Amino acid sequence: MNINLTLFAQMITFAVFVGFCMKYVWPPIVNALAERKAKIAEGLAAAERGHQEQALGEQRALELMKEAKASAAEIVGQAQKRATDIVEEAKSDARTEGDRLLAAARAEIEQETNRAREELRERVSTLAVAAAEKILQKEINVDAHKSIVDSFAKQL
Amino acid sequence: MAATETLTAEQYIQHHLTNLTLGFHPEHGFGLAHSSAEAAEMGFWAINLDTMFFSILLGALFLWFFRGVAERVSAGVPGAAQNFVEWIVDFVEDNVRGSFSGKNPMVAPLALTIFAWVFLMNLMDLLPVDLVPYLFGHFMALFGADPHHVYLKIVPTTDPNATFAMALMVFILVLYYSFKMKGVGGFLGELTLQPFGKWGMPANLVLEGISLISKPISLALRLFGNMYAGEMIFILIALLYGGSLALNVTGGVLQFVWAVFHILIITLQAFIFMVLTIVYLDMAHQEHH
Repeated sequence: MNINLTLFAQMITFAVFVGFCMKYVWPPIVNALAERKAKIAEGLAAAERGHQEQALGEQRALELMKEAKASAAEIVGQAQKRATDIVEEAKSDARTEGDRLLAAARAEIEQETNRAREELRERVSTLAVAAAEKILQKEINVDAHKSIVDSFAKQL
Repeated sequence: MAATETLTAEQYIQHHLTNLTLGFHPEHGFGLAHSSAEAAEMGFWAINLDTMFFSILLGALFLWFFRGVAERVSAGVPGAAQNFVEWIVDFVEDNVRGSFSGKNPMVAPLALTIFAWVFLMNLMDLLPVDLVPYLFGHFMALFGADPHHVYLKIVPTTDPNATFAMALMVFILVLYYSFKMKGVGGFLGELTLQPFGKWGMPANLVLEGISLISKPISLALRLFGNMYAGEMIFILIALLYGGSLALNVTGGVLQFVWAVFHILIITLQAFIFMVLTIVYLDMAHQEHH
């Protein structure tokens, strides 16, 4: 319990401890703490930014979807219009073709009719000539009366 | 183990309150003191080996542990040791930021050193009072010393040398920064021109001088007194041992209760020493206009 040299020895010890702590212990720890604080703040800011970007992205996605829907509807409309157009065109084409075929068929029928008629006429004239020949065997010369027979045949 | 045949209660207490003093005795020459009277006769030029040993051991332990953490400190996820160290550093830094308004990179490490060192030195009080001195006495007996004359105080803060050393260093810092921040005139003005104005100069000087001097004295005596009283109560409780069974049990219960209560005291005293140091240095940094 005596105050003695220990006092000074302790003062020196204390000064050395404080000096060591101040130089080698305190700064690294406090720096690390400050660094971590900065890191956390940075992380929070980044998270905040991320949130904002996400919101923006969602908004943009919605806009894109809306646009896509509109353009899809437009395309469908155009396609429908085009389809009706095509159908109409096909209808008119078919009608024209039908008319054409009909006309061709008619013409052919006419031709056939004419040919048949011609044939028939010839046959009939031949038959008539033959019949007349038989009737008029003796009195009628085919060559001499051909013009008469022909004109007669033509009237059939 | 307490009051053995050779030691009366008074001698036992006396034994526990004597430091292991190394010095030059006027009659016996250079060596360890064999009694508290001899230690006193050695005068100023003697050194308390136990105080020095345990305070340096504990201070080195603190610095070793904290330095170890500081060396591989990382700003990432901290380990258990780093977490613990950061907790204490944060606590000290909070206190410094709260009480110290100036800018001085020395105050916070100083506060940390005081807190940790004083806490560790106080913590020695929780070791059973006889354990280390008993072992040390028998260890010294191997070298032919009489164990009854081998003294050992393992709590450095029960030695006024240790507490006054810290308080004086703080006082020196207070004076240094008072002169540095306020200037010689400013500091002397603060000591002489208030609270009564310049016509009350002598009264001012007396009042301010007392308040200035009382700072280191109260700082040192508060810590010393608390720890000394706590130690004394442990010693008194230890006196109960060695009697009847009832006394032994009572002693055990009392020692446990006092130790639990003492945990509060040792922490509180370390904290108070730290906070007052910060406050005194803050006052030294403030400029009055």
